[in-house]
Amino acid sequence: MSEYIENDRHGLSVGIIEKRFHITAEPPHEMLLECDARLGPITIAYETYGTLNPDKSNAVLILHALSGDSHVAGYYSEKDKKPGWWDSMVGPGKGIDTDKYFVICSNIIGSCMGSTGPNTLNPKTAKPYGLEFPVVTIGDMVRAQKFLIDALGIEKLLSVVGGSVGGMQVLEWCARYPEMVDSAIPLATTTKHSALAIAFNEIARQAIMTDPNWNGGDYYSGSRPETGLAVARMIGHVTYLSDQSMRLKFGRRLQNKNDFSFNFDPEFQVESYLRHQGRRFVERFDANAFLYITKAADYFDLAEQHGNGSMVEAFSKTNARFLVVSFTSDWLYPTYQSREMVKAIKKTGQDVSFCEIEAKWGHDAFLIPNPRLSSIIGGFLNRVFNETT
Amino acid sequence: MSSTKPPDNPLRFDLHLIASWIEAGARVLDLGCGEGSLLEHLVQHKKVIGSGIEKNESRAATCIQKGLTVLQGDINKEVEDYPDNSFDYVILSQTLQQVYAPDDLIRSMLRIGKKGIVSFPNFSHWRVRLQLLTTGHAPVTRQLPYQWYDTPNIRVITLRDFRRFARKVGYRIIKEIAIETQTPNRQGNIVRVLPDIRATYGIFLIGN
Repeated sequence: MSEYIENDRHGLSVGIIEKRFHITAEPPHEMLLECDARLGPITIAYETYGTLNPDKSNAVLILHALSGDSHVAGYYSEKDKKPGWWDSMVGPGKGIDTDKYFVICSNIIGSCMGSTGPNTLNPKTAKPYGLEFPVVTIGDMVRAQKFLIDALGIEKLLSVVGGSVGGMQVLEWCARYPEMVDSAIPLATTTKHSALAIAFNEIARQAIMTDPNWNGGDYYSGSRPETGLAVARMIGHVTYLSDQSMRLKFGRRLQNKNDFSFNFDPEFQVESYLRHQGRRFVERFDANAFLYITKAADYFDLAEQHGNGSMVEAFSKTNARFLVVSFTSDWLYPTYQSREMVKAIKKTGQDVSFCEIEAKWGHDAFLIPNPRLSSIIGGFLNRVFNETT
Repeated sequence: MSSTKPPDNPLRFDLHLIASWIEAGARVLDLGCGEGSLLEHLVQHKKVIGSGIEKNESRAATCIQKGLTVLQGDINKEVEDYPDNSFDYVILSQTLQQVYAPDDLIRSMLRIGKKGIVSFPNFSHWRVRLQLLTTGHAPVTRQLPYQWYDTPNIRVITLRDFRRFARKVGYRIIKEIAIETQTPNRQGNIVRVLPDIRATYGIFLIGN
C-alpha cells in the first residue's frame, strides 16, 4: 500500500480490485533459474485494471520496487484505509489512464506479497522455504512475469513502467523480450548498483542476519527477526529520502518535548519517524524476502548480463521507445546513472526522451503524487498508443 | 493531458521559414527546442521523425507531455552521443548567440546531420548601429532585449560574420535568407535589399 497517499477516497479511483494468482512452472516443468536451481510450482500474484481492447494493444505492465506488491491502485474493500502504492498515477484520467489502458501489475518472485518466495511452503518439505529458496535474479523475476503475460494472451506490451528495482525489471524486459515491448518508462533507476547502493543493502541485510531470531532464515515457526528487519527498513528509508526533505520534514525538532532527556529514548522527530516506519514494515514484510530482493538488485548489471560489459551493446538488443526519468535529489540512483543509460540508447539510434524532474523528496519522489511526472508519462503513453494503433 | 493550444495557432515567422526548408518525412533534431512549437509543427504537418534537446526542465517536460521526443540536457554535450548522419537536418534556432564554443557545436551538427539550419539575430541591424553610434551604450533592441550585464547572448553575430565563420569552421552555406520580424509577431518580411543593415534575423542552411 502507499506510504505517501494518506487518503485518496475523494479523488478518482479504479475502485475495488481483486488480487489474483497465476500458477505456473509446475513439476516436472520447473523453471530453471539463473543460479541453475529449479523452482516450481510458482505462484504469481497479480492484479489488473481497466479493460484489454479487442486487438490487445493497450496493455501496460507496471513493475514494482523492493517492498511493493501487485496492488498498484484502488482498494481491496470498502474498509481499506489506503489505496495501492501508485494510486496517484494509475486510475481513470490519471497519468496511466485505466479508462484507456489495460494495466497489469504482478508481485515479483522472491517477494512475500502473494508470489512464491522464501516464506511460501516448499513442496518438498512442506515447510516454508527459508534459505532453501534459491537466489533469484532480476532476470528470473522478469522470466516469471513473462509466464503471466503469456497466460493473459498478450503478445505485445504497449509499455513497461517501473521505478527503482521496478525500473531494473523494465530494462530487463526490454533486453530479454524486445519483440514484446513497444515502449519503456524506467524511473529513478540504474543499469547497475553503485558500491554505495550495495553498501547500504549489505548494512540492511546484516541488520537482519545478526538478529538472533533470524536463525539462519528458519524462523517461520517461532519469533521473527523483527528488530533486524525494522532496522533494515530504517536504513533503506533514509536512502530513499534526501538531505533537503529530511530538513524540511524533521529538522532537529524533538518529538513531544522541548528539552533533551539525556537518555537513549527516541527524542528527535526523525528518530521516532524511522522507528515508526520500521514497526509498520515488520507488520507487512518478510525478512528473508528483503534479503533475496536486495541481493537480486545488487546482482543486476544490464551491461554485463546483456552486452558483454557494454551498455551500448545491451541496448542494441532492445527495440523500444524510451522515456527515462530521474529526480534531482535522488542520491541512491543519481541522475548521472540515468544519463549514461540515455547516452547508450542514443548511440543505438532508438527513440528516447529524458527528463530530470526537480523534486526535493529523494529517491522516493517517483512514488509521491507529482503532476509533472503524471503529465509526461500520460503524454508519452498517449503518443506511443497513437503511433502503435 | 492533451495540448490546449488552438489548432490554427500560426507558427512564428522565422520558424515557418525553417519548416518550409524541410522535406516531409525527414529526420530532424532541434537544438534548444523550447516548448517544441517547431517540432510539433514538423511532426504534424511534415510527418518528420523529430527529436529535440532542451535544457529547461519545465519546457522539456512540456514537450514530452505533447508527445514529442525530447531530451532534457545541454545541447553542447548531447550532440556528442549521436552516431554520424543520424539526422537529415539539425536545427539551431536563435541559440547560436548563446553558445560558448560555436565552432565545435556547428561541426558536431554537421557530423550528426547531413545539413544544419542556423538562425540568429543580426547584430548589424541599423537600429543596433544607430544606438551604439548615438547613445554610446551597448544596444538593447526588441530582438536583443537585454542589458550587457544580464544578457544570455554572449556572442554578437552579424550576417557577414556568419558568412566569414564558414571559411574558418569549414561549412558551406547552401542557402540564406534575411528577414525582418519581431519575435512575438507571427508575421515578417523577407529582406532582399541591404539585408546586412535591414534584417533583424538571418537563417542559414549549411552543409559540409
